[in-house]
Amino acid sequence: MRVRFFARYAELVGRSEAAVSLSPPATVEDVVRRVREALPGAQALPERPLAAVNMKHVKLEARVQSGDEVALLPPIAGGSCRHT
Amino acid sequence: MQTYLTRTPISLDSLLTEVAHGDCGGTCVFLGTVRNGPDEQGVTAIEYSAYEDMVDAEFGQLLADARGRWPEARIAVRHRLGTIPVGEASIAIVAAAPHRVQAFEACRYVIEGVKQRIPVWKKELRVDGSEVWVDPAGHPTAKPSHV
Repeated sequence: MRVRFFARYAELVGRSEAAVSLSPPATVEDVVRRVREALPGAQALPERPLAAVNMKHVKLEARVQSGDEVALLPPIAGGSCRHT
Repeated sequence: MQTYLTRTPISLDSLLTEVAHGDCGGTCVFLGTVRNGPDEQGVTAIEYSAYEDMVDAEFGQLLADARGRWPEARIAVRHRLGTIPVGEASIAIVAAAPHRVQAFEACRYVIEGVKQRIPVWKKELRVDGSEVWVDPAGHPTAKPSHV
């Protein structure tokens, strides 16, 4: 599956995406664990980040399968200034 | 799929045109602008980035949710990405409805939804040359990354 990194997480791992293979059944949590083990810099990622699968917010317990796009999302900070 | 993102200054006139309708007697506009206030420590601009495809999908769902709550409301939204200087708008939400209460409520619902579910991130660019990711709790990350 394709794992995507954004914003600060992309800076921490030095890339915007990576390919990960896991034996089924696998969860997003398994993907995060594999990424943190395998990619330089990824230890700095949180153990339980926000995540999306195929562009939908999911919990880390959500199942994933080959072909999915898993995104690890830094805390969302859209809108305008910090306190608006 | 419609995009709710732009990399150029947001045109409020375009959004007002999108929602204009003879049935609507109240229109509420929310503009979020980049600020350099007393708490911002010399912000000159904010760099916005996003998971763009997901932003469009989530905005579509958020607006659908809002229309479910206020069926008569007409809502338009744009979020700007890229480097936005202090004073310019990063987001605009326009909600028109038959009555002002619906317009205000729908507009508020959308901006609160943006804060919770739209995957956009911002990095403060400061006058001293430092760059600081901003977390949703309103605090810069612990380790500023320098230019």
